[in-house]
Amino acid sequence: MTVGAGPRLARGEHGLQRAGDSPVRRVSLWQRLRRRALAVYAFLALAYLFTPIAYLTVFSFNDSGKSNIVWKGFTLDNWKNPCGAPDVCTALGNSLKIGVISTTVATVLGTMIAFALARHRFRGRTATNLLIFVPMATPEVVLGASLLTLFLNFRVPLGMGTIIVAHVMFCISFVVVAVKARIASLDPALEQAAMDLYATEVQTFRRVTLPLVAPGIAAAALLSLSLSFDDFIITFFNSGNVNTFPKFVYVSALRGIPAQAYVIGVAMFYLALLIVLVAEVLRHRRERALH
Amino acid sequence: MAFTTAARTGGPVPAPAPPSSRLPRSRTPYLLLLPGLVWLGLFFAVPVATLFSTSLQTRVPGGEIGEYTQTFRFANYLDTIGEYHVQFVRSFLYAGLATVLALLIAYPLAYYIAQRAGRWRNILLVLVVAPFYASFILRTIAWRQILGEEGPIVPVLRFLHLIPAGATVTASAVAVVAGLTYNFLPFMTLPLYASLERIDPRFIEAGGDLYANPFTTFRRVTLPLSMPGVVAGTLLTFIPAAGDYINATLLGRQPKTTMIGNVVESRFLRVVDYPTAATLSFLLMAAILVLVFGYVRRAGTEELV
Repeated sequence: MTVGAGPRLARGEHGLQRAGDSPVRRVSLWQRLRRRALAVYAFLALAYLFTPIAYLTVFSFNDSGKSNIVWKGFTLDNWKNPCGAPDVCTALGNSLKIGVISTTVATVLGTMIAFALARHRFRGRTATNLLIFVPMATPEVVLGASLLTLFLNFRVPLGMGTIIVAHVMFCISFVVVAVKARIASLDPALEQAAMDLYATEVQTFRRVTLPLVAPGIAAAALLSLSLSFDDFIITFFNSGNVNTFPKFVYVSALRGIPAQAYVIGVAMFYLALLIVLVAEVLRHRRERALH
Repeated sequence: MAFTTAARTGGPVPAPAPPSSRLPRSRTPYLLLLPGLVWLGLFFAVPVATLFSTSLQTRVPGGEIGEYTQTFRFANYLDTIGEYHVQFVRSFLYAGLATVLALLIAYPLAYYIAQRAGRWRNILLVLVVAPFYASFILRTIAWRQILGEEGPIVPVLRFLHLIPAGATVTASAVAVVAGLTYNFLPFMTLPLYASLERIDPRFIEAGGDLYANPFTTFRRVTLPLSMPGVVAGTLLTFIPAAGDYINATLLGRQPKTTMIGNVVESRFLRVVDYPTAATLSFLLMAAILVLVFGYVRRAGTEELV
């Protein structure tokens, strides 16, 4: 058998095998050791990924005053009053507002492009793909700097508006990629069935296609929200004197970050993790119910 | 624009029809594309053009700070390369090192999740992406504190005489590369996972059955099959790492670890030397695009997006 021939062909079978652990697999001591070694390695790698999060979590309880560097004792005050430090919640509010608006716009525009690319023939496909790919392959500092030259040349005042314009711009490409992948994975038989049952094109789209693509759109929106919320470099170039959460953290890093910023950062993290884990569990249950 | 006129006249339909298209050639795709592409055109393509135009400007004689005029001075590029080639080389070196390190760290992890984790697969995948949800800058600051003077690592290293008494871990090139590696690790892990997950485990077993040792099996079977993931992962790590200046600012020491992003930021926002900043940005973008397209062509993965 040639190796490159078709890893996809055999997928259906090995999916079943994997669940019950393949019976053909000879389990030698060496193989078992190697298996364990890889598991230990994966655990260590995850621990490494989570080290700064653990640090931030611990130090969000630090009774530190203005500058959160040395451990000074346990307190719940930061968590009870996350807006206690000046400006931190204004910045957070701005970030959330920017995130929601730019995610909404980018998700709508990106989804439309994804449908055009996945479902239609048209001229200029290469140019379209290029216009979507190149922004993703451009470093943030270049995106930020080039937008700033535009705004300076046309004397556009920097602020909320320019930040949102920038965020929509860099989120669109990611939405297109995520939604396009979802559309490509759909079984065309489902839509054909709807058409066979005399559904019109619009009905098929609304009742069959859109609900099937919806998880992909939701994932794209979440990705876009987290990209927007976490963006620093492009925002820093185009924000004028509007403060965002990452900007607040960066600017105050020079004179000491208040523990409240840790609280907000850590809380956002655990909230996101919770949402994703719950979604994962629900998906698992639904799949089980189907089988 | 070529495609709008084609839509109106209903030009000839290309022979090989994509299997999924159910609509005949119509206006619909252009209407769907229009708003998004206009946005990308106005706020990505046009700014790149103004960036290029700015890069050719020179100072107004006797003008105020930040006042520049278009003189089409292409020599700006030579001046900038002459002055900042060190930072350029350094950025690509740091980003390259971070990419290689991230690949070495992420490959076994992605392999484990894809091929060995069984029913824990999705949960582990969630955990790999999870650190993304904590602010990028906060995570970098956390590393600065952990590796810094008051953190737990430095005293241990000093006690073990691994570093000299006065030395630090932060404020060094090592710390910057470590920070870059850490911050872009999920960008490496996810595409690697995606391509490793597609490999039928029986291919790997077949290698062993045909008396290849595990290393040969890896080199001849697993690695070639995971190449699309390696290409995508290295690009997704290298590109943001080369343009990053947060790690260099928070974990490095200026000017010893100054990267190109630091120069663009300070030229643009502090010194208001727009032409130099624009020249540098344009060079960085051009260098990365040349690298990307050259690399993609060599690695032979045609479809990235």
